Amino acid sequence: MIVDFLINIAYLIGALAFVWGLRLLSSPDSARRGNTLAGFGMILAIIAAMSEPIEGASNNYGWIIGAIVLGGIIGLVSARRVQMTAMPQMVSIFNGLGGACAVVLAYAELVPFYSGGTELDTAGLGIVMLALFIGGVSFTGSMLAFAKLQGLIWDSTLLLPKHNVINMVLLVATVGLGIYLTATGSSAGLALGSAFMVLALIYGFSFVIPIGGADMPVVISLLNSLTGLSAAVTGLIYGSQFMLVGGILVGAAGTILTVLMCDAMNRSLVNVLIGGFGGGGASAKGADGDQVAKEVTVNDAAIQLFYSNSAIVVPGYGLAVAQAQKVCKEVDELLEANGVDVRYAIHPVAGRMPGHMNVLLAEADVPYPKLLDLDEANDALKSTDMVIIVGANDVVNPAAEDDPGSPIHGMPVLKVWDAKNVIVLKRSMRPGYAGIENPLFFHEKTRMLFGDAKDSLSKLASEIKNL
Amino acid sequence: MDSFIQFFNDEANLLLIYLLLFTVILGFEVISKVPTVLHTPLMSGANAISGVVIIGAILLIRQAEPGDYLTLSLGFLGVVLGMVNVAGGFAVTDRMLEMFKKKKR
Repeated sequence: MIVDFLINIAYLIGALAFVWGLRLLSSPDSARRGNTLAGFGMILAIIAAMSEPIEGASNNYGWIIGAIVLGGIIGLVSARRVQMTAMPQMVSIFNGLGGACAVVLAYAELVPFYSGGTELDTAGLGIVMLALFIGGVSFTGSMLAFAKLQGLIWDSTLLLPKHNVINMVLLVATVGLGIYLTATGSSAGLALGSAFMVLALIYGFSFVIPIGGADMPVVISLLNSLTGLSAAVTGLIYGSQFMLVGGILVGAAGTILTVLMCDAMNRSLVNVLIGGFGGGGASAKGADGDQVAKEVTVNDAAIQLFYSNSAIVVPGYGLAVAQAQKVCKEVDELLEANGVDVRYAIHPVAGRMPGHMNVLLAEADVPYPKLLDLDEANDALKSTDMVIIVGANDVVNPAAEDDPGSPIHGMPVLKVWDAKNVIVLKRSMRPGYAGIENPLFFHEKTRMLFGDAKDSLSKLASEIKNL
Repeated sequence: MDSFIQFFNDEANLLLIYLLLFTVILGFEVISKVPTVLHTPLMSGANAISGVVIIGAILLIRQAEPGDYLTLSLGFLGVVLGMVNVAGGFAVTDRMLEMFKKKKR
């Protein structure tokens, strides 16, 4: 009796630790404590699940402890080893594993159900199907997101003709089969149940295929939210309020981020999911070919920066690819030492996951009061001498403001052209994601500095040192 | 339809629905205003919490017959997957937040 009481209290405290931990996680000063608190809640719940009295259970503790040790080691080692630039990939993998776990658990319910070993009512069966579906989608979706982020698969490689139609058909077929299975009960058989699982896995993969590049932050947040939901639904299978609460909280966090990311691009979620960017190859202005981008030498760029009063760095995915965050900080320090006020303008969807640039710059020890968000940056840009764009493209595209024909028209962007001068560090004139031409490169205030971002920045640093 | 009404009239199910709705609202309230700096840590911290599925996997193994290797293997796989998510998720979030803290001084 008293044991049951203690177990229930442990789960309750665990759930409260999740709520409070997430609350602390949303404020910079307390975030680390929040994470620790949530982790504590998880440990408490695992202990409770291990010691909860179950009548007639054979427990099999050896299996559990072996699995916990193995999973724990894999998790901790990879968390320690991963490079900060590879963080989006890591988050995607971890996320996918949560979904995979839900799939495994749901499937483990189906096997004895179809062989007549256990019974499930319609509601119970429906819940198992739902867990299988959401978990499956989040698993394969996250794995594909990982492969794309890791550069293993290009955004367009797997795209089939009329992919959106295929996705829609696949979704209807999967959901239809799920409903049929739920209504039919155990007479449907394990083969059909397994087919449903496979369909869910294929759909998860297929629905991420058309989404890529700049839309990655949206899809990663969405997958995060789906994994939370799959955990919550799995909680219903086991009648565990604790799992329900944990899963729903994650679902809420993921949904909030998804909405924030969509807002930052002024697009609806549906629009992102069908891969709205580019598409029909809408003709953007400035692609006439008679416009010439003006280049600048490293030396001139260094002199301009050296004698300016203020500079704003606009980082993008290119900064992460080139791993240039530390060199960037070096240039920042050199300029600051010479009295230049250096700050950073962070667009909410810069990079490949929410907050990507903040993590990178934090790794390079850039103090976060120097990071300006979209509105602050647009105010500050009006009175800024120099803007250095490092590997950003779509988030500084003036077409979003003044070209109604542009696919990104209406997206809030950083108005770097309000500053006095703009230097763009870029590999080549190749347009960014989905081939949207950027008129900024031909702007009268803009000078291009071609080359690898890390390379260009270190050359800049040595030039500034020599001045 | 009947079974739906029956489901709703069951006291235990009703409580579960209350819990679900209140948690949704609580979640949105607690996290609503996240500064950009914390987007990634919040996501990866939440991600670690979604590893709660491990609780289900533990219960699955405990209830399995010692000779039922299919269930035991599925449960084992579930615990491993869940544990990688939990341990890795919290550890990686902590690593990120440590960087944020260091440079505040």
